[in-house]
Amino acid sequence: MSAKVITVTSGKGGVGKTTTVANLAVALALTGDRVVCIDGDIGLRNLDVILGLENRIVYDLVDVVEGRCRLRQAMIRDKKLSNLFLIPAAQTRDKNAVSPSDMVRVCDELRPDFDWVLIDSPAGIERGFRYAIAPADQAIIVTNPEVSAVRDADRVIGLLEAEEKGSPSLIINRLDVNMVRRNEMLSAEDVVDLLAIRLIGIVPEDDRVLIASNRGRPVVLDEAAVTARVFQNIARRLKGEDVPFIDLGNRGLWSRLFSGRR
Amino acid sequence: MGFFRRDKKSAQSARERLQLVLIHDRTDLTPAELDVLKNELIAVIARHIHIDPDAVRIELEHEGREQRLVADIPLRNAEKRR
Ligand SMILES: Nc1ncnc2c1ncn2[C@@H]1O[C@H](COP(=O)(O)OP(=O)(O)OP(=O)(O)O)[C@@H](O)[C@H]1O
Ligand SMILES: [Mg+2]
Repeated sequence: MSAKVITVTSGKGGVGKTTTVANLAVALALTGDRVVCIDGDIGLRNLDVILGLENRIVYDLVDVVEGRCRLRQAMIRDKKLSNLFLIPAAQTRDKNAVSPSDMVRVCDELRPDFDWVLIDSPAGIERGFRYAIAPADQAIIVTNPEVSAVRDADRVIGLLEAEEKGSPSLIINRLDVNMVRRNEMLSAEDVVDLLAIRLIGIVPEDDRVLIASNRGRPVVLDEAAVTARVFQNIARRLKGEDVPFIDLGNRGLWSRLFSGRR
Repeated sequence: MGFFRRDKKSAQSARERLQLVLIHDRTDLTPAELDVLKNELIAVIARHIHIDPDAVRIELEHEGREQRLVADIPLRNAEKRR
């Protein structure tokens, strides 16, 4: 067995990369796969708090790269899922502490023991982006249905094509169906037409994402949330299943009242 | 949908603006540079064959993520030899 390394990146900041990595990691682990996620955002560590693991950190990615600890010592096991691990970013260092070849080495060491290595890329297209994509077998682009986010996504897709990373997959995050219905937001179809890459997920705008981050318990564990099913379906698509997209269109008052049962 | 004409909805503006921006980002050509290129192309072709410059259509089109420059240049018949 050898892990598949997937880097989640976006160009523009704040579109939902960390949220995506946390939820996909948990969703994949819930299927029984062995998953490790790496926080690549050195200096702006976040994945630990989203996963609720911030109190367990002893060593981080930079400690591994600089030889202060073994890789195993920097891997934090999830509280509930024994097959899910996090390698946290260093908080008091910057992106120059890691190189693309460091990331390739770390991932090569992880590959034999895992099914998935998920890398949370920092925003931008500079050094952090470069080391985050270096070991990737596949990239996932996260964008929002919004002009500047889509434009930056397109730029990153171009860079990935130039790096011969193949065509990345697309997750459209924070889609507000009501705004799309009023023609005041780009639809998922619009974004897919513009970017012309394979769509693997449409994540709705959902208050529960913030609530989940308050608790340090990713929304995919919130059984009442549609968004939980959305992330579970993306995980299944990553595993090669052909899963139909959930119709987010009927989220009127009625279905919101009954959202717990959907 | 209203009975009165309204401003274009913002999603349509976003779509149209992105279409243009992405073409120019991908080709690294500004609209102004593209105009210069078109005019030079027309001038070169007109030096060799008889064309109506106003009938020429040169556009950037895209298919998936591939851009291409498509030229439609109607040729005039050579009625008279000089
Ligand atoms: N589907 C969603 N619905 C509502 N809020 C969301 C959704 N996805 C993300 N958010 C919120 O958007 C903010 C940014 O998300 P996140 O940190 O995942 O983005 P990021 O791309 O990792 O940002 P950065 O570029 O800074 O690393 C967070 O406050 C998060 O709670
Ligand atoms: Mg982040």
